[in-house]
Amino acid sequence: MIVAVTAKGPELSSEVDPRFGRAAYIVFIDTDTGDVEVLDNRKNAEALRGAGIQTASTVAERGAKALVTGHCGPNAFEVLKSAGIKVANQSGGTVKSALDAFLDDKLQIMEKADVEGNS
Amino acid sequence: MIIAIASGKGGTGKTTLATAMAGVLGAGGQLLDCDVEEPNAHLFLNPRISESRRVTVPVPRIDESKCTYCRKCQEVCRFNALVVLPGHVLVFDQLCHGCGGCVRRCPERCITEGEREIGFVEKGLAGDLEWVQGRLRIGEAMAPPLIREVKKEMSPGKTVLIDAPPGTSCPVIASVQGSDFVILVTEPTPFGRHDLKLAIDAVRVLGIPCGVVLNRADMGDRGTHELCSVEGIPVLLEIPHDRKTAENYASGGLITDVHPEYKDSFVSLADDIRRRIFQERRRRTA
Repeated sequence: MIVAVTAKGPELSSEVDPRFGRAAYIVFIDTDTGDVEVLDNRKNAEALRGAGIQTASTVAERGAKALVTGHCGPNAFEVLKSAGIKVANQSGGTVKSALDAFLDDKLQIMEKADVEGNS
Repeated sequence: MIIAIASGKGGTGKTTLATAMAGVLGAGGQLLDCDVEEPNAHLFLNPRISESRRVTVPVPRIDESKCTYCRKCQEVCRFNALVVLPGHVLVFDQLCHGCGGCVRRCPERCITEGEREIGFVEKGLAGDLEWVQGRLRIGEAMAPPLIREVKKEMSPGKTVLIDAPPGTSCPVIASVQGSDFVILVTEPTPFGRHDLKLAIDAVRVLGIPCGVVLNRADMGDRGTHELCSVEGIPVLLEIPHDRKTAENYASGGLITDVHPEYKDSFVSLADDIRRRIFQERRRRTA
């Protein structure tokens, strides 16, 4: 399974970015193979509007089945939900610790968007 | 002749001036309230609304029985309004600018244009004066398409007054574009002046001649006069501040109700602007 984690830097040791749509990086970890891929999210983060939608679309495109992030707005959540991606809530710590907490079922799974949209 | 009334800073007196000028123009004039987020000229003119029409913008509707999920529509959309997932397309209507790019790009021709209501255009008469306003639906963010619909109601041959929204962003540009002259209403305060400078720069980009009307002219400082002289922009009229004017405005009256002597000033202002427009046209054709 591929798990996506929003991050402030491009490493497993980087801090989790609490923002979803405008996260600096997204780290994709394949839990079966251990492969790690890093996406520089600048293009989506700089979108005038619809950053969450585009970032969610990118996460879906990369085949992630789960996402660990801090906050998620209604539009992004709709895309993630439609794509069948589970959204887990984690705001602090490193990417690695967030991934471990998610795999240990220690993170809360979001049932709906937790912040307001800006449109 | 089309005169737009803009300001930069809000609350400087755009509607006070627009409604007073409209009042003296009467049958020779038409007022377009393009401040569609909060149109209020009607409160002072009390028009009888004779016509109201719905304004919509096109939004994509997808026939998923023909869709191959090729993502070309998502790629062409600059506004992130479409997301193509395997087996499903999501459309975010509120982000769509109605450009029609996705419809043209779709190789399967499975996108048609639906409608999203953004507001209303209302028309009527206030005495002999033609009055038109746009009213944006509550919660709607996209004002320019509605403003363009209001401007389609312009009566050729009349002196058209456009009451523009405050600021210098897209709704202001949509309101002011295509006019012959822009009156910038300001007050002689640092805040008024700061936004006046922005408004002057915006109007210059559009290449429209402009002049300043200084409201509450006896307050503040001389800085706005200095700015106008440096920028080479005429101060067309100064309106003093007084309690009577403010009280009357607060109860929905025209400034000329309490100061009938201003009527001549507004007639002269319109004449002055007409002369300036002709001079500008001669200068451009010379």
